[in-house]
Amino acid sequence: MSAAMDTESTYSGYSHYSGHSKKAHRQGRDRHKSPRSKDGSRSEKSVTIQTPPAEPLLGNDASRAEEGQDDNWGETTTAITGTSEHSISQEDIARISKDLEDSVGLDCKRYLGLTVAAVLGLLVFLTPIAFILLPQVLWRDDLEPCGTVCEGLFISVAFKLVILLIGTWALFFRQPKADIPRVFVFRALLLVLIFLFVFSYWLFYGVRILDSKDTNYQGIVQYAVSLVDALLFIHYLAIVLLELRQLQPMFTVKVVRSTDGESRYYSLGHLSIQRAALVVLENYYKDFTVYNPALLTASKSRAAKHMAGLKVYNVDGPGNNASGQSRAMIAAAARRRDSSHNELYYEEADHERRVKKRRARLVVAVEEAFTHIKRLQAEEQQKAPGEMMDPREAAQAIFPSMARALQKYLRTTRQQQYHSMESILQHLSFCITNNMTPKAFLERYLTPGPTLQYDRDRWFSKQWTLVSEEAVTSGLQDGIVFVLKCLDFSLVVNVKKIPFIKLSEEFIDPKSHKFVLRLQSETSV
Amino acid sequence: QYSAILSFFSFQQRIEIHKLRQGDNLILGFSIGGGIDQDPTQNPFSEDKTDKGIYVTRVTEGGPAEVAGLQIGDKIMQVNGWDMTMVTHDQARKRLTKRNEEVVRLLVTRQSLQKAVQQSMMS
Repeated sequence: MSAAMDTESTYSGYSHYSGHSKKAHRQGRDRHKSPRSKDGSRSEKSVTIQTPPAEPLLGNDASRAEEGQDDNWGETTTAITGTSEHSISQEDIARISKDLEDSVGLDCKRYLGLTVAAVLGLLVFLTPIAFILLPQVLWRDDLEPCGTVCEGLFISVAFKLVILLIGTWALFFRQPKADIPRVFVFRALLLVLIFLFVFSYWLFYGVRILDSKDTNYQGIVQYAVSLVDALLFIHYLAIVLLELRQLQPMFTVKVVRSTDGESRYYSLGHLSIQRAALVVLENYYKDFTVYNPALLTASKSRAAKHMAGLKVYNVDGPGNNASGQSRAMIAAAARRRDSSHNELYYEEADHERRVKKRRARLVVAVEEAFTHIKRLQAEEQQKAPGEMMDPREAAQAIFPSMARALQKYLRTTRQQQYHSMESILQHLSFCITNNMTPKAFLERYLTPGPTLQYDRDRWFSKQWTLVSEEAVTSGLQDGIVFVLKCLDFSLVVNVKKIPFIKLSEEFIDPKSHKFVLRLQSETSV
Repeated sequence: QYSAILSFFSFQQRIEIHKLRQGDNLILGFSIGGGIDQDPTQNPFSEDKTDKGIYVTRVTEGGPAEVAGLQIGDKIMQVNGWDMTMVTHDQARKRLTKRNEEVVRLLVTRQSLQKAVQQSMMS
């Protein structure tokens, strides 16, 4: 399978890096003679790098098995798991097949739309030129001579066509950034309008001018000019309908992720539901923290415990009273002295403490590591050519001293799947190049960032489905709810209208600010 | 019913203070607060916080006022026949400290007095 080949190729790549980093590490040991006993003792052990899985081929079980073994790139192990990387769970099969089938079907629709629009555009652009040239070609000798007036009109036609061309290029020729389920209503409307318009002009031209071979050339040229003017106005209409109307915010949209309740608010104008969904998705990738299934295991296990606690046996025969059963279960659960809230509280407090401790260790380790690196100035670069390292080598030199603390922190916050050793090294050399402080380097690991920050194959969210009770091309209204589903979670979107604000004014004369002393004196007599 | 009848009575007491000579001054031995130019809401002794009358805020021990029976919190209604319910703080001070008067006769009203009479009438 191709998946197996992929993992093998990355494995070989990593073992190359392991050799390289060992060499750099040895160099680093000789060079930095600062006697820190921690560093010294760690460098004596052999550091073997284990390949982290490059694709999310591991389901939950495999990751748990991984944590059981003591495997990572900061510690002293040589075990490399080969078996778990080749197994694929049921979910991933569904995901792969969905990716395959969807990428083929919709392209045809998109390209069809594009070609129709392009052909129509070309036709429309060439029409005025055709109007002007056809009489010259067909009945040149009969035409009345038309001097400066016509030439002036030619110039104006030329410039207006250039402006139209630039405007159309600016407005319409943009990379389509999304595949949407239904056609854009306004765009279709505009295309139909343009088509009808040009068609009626051609009709008139064909009947009145071509058939009767009109000799008034100035009139013909003015007719062509009027066509170009009307096209410019249609372009203006297109701008207003497609761009300007959406700009003024009319609705506030609340987006809630179904798995962990993270929510955001956005302001939108008059959009159709599918375009609003597009806006929400574009903002999702940069605003919401990345979806991490490892964080949900705690609540799932609690839910499982609740369900497993009670069993209902029907003693009175096959009268299947389902609602009665569930009511009985709920009542029994309420009576049972459940201490799971206690467990949750202590578990969370404990987890907080552990995370803070590991974070403190990590910050100290990284700060220490960064003190080992110093940027060479231009003059110094000539003086000591032998010891110079480029950013990548510098990163590899200081990486082992912070690797363990970082690994432990990522494990505790369950982010270890999102950061491979290679990505960490890259980020470290990037920070070193740009003179960032240790805190700036750590910012990426201390808090989970938005989805865009991570590698594409960790996203869990590439294929979206819009689930809506109203037609997706209808406009937004107050109270509409639609759901954006992807394979692992969904985003529930709730639309609310921005309230009508009544603003009144009150004028205060600047001279009206007067004050008086309020005393309570006491006099002795 | 009783409280309706009692509101028509004024629970007032007449107090006669003989001024004490201290050096060049004649002192009475108490301090006043209040007045129509003062802030009535800051008066701790008045029952009605819009009352701008003159109140006794302090009585020195052993002074002529204490000897005469003046108590802290008393509202001074008249001084030697002059009305003190609608005067400024300074006017009140002047009326009490006239140099040619050795005796001042005050008409005061007192909340505790009012309440005592009310209670005795009700029981």
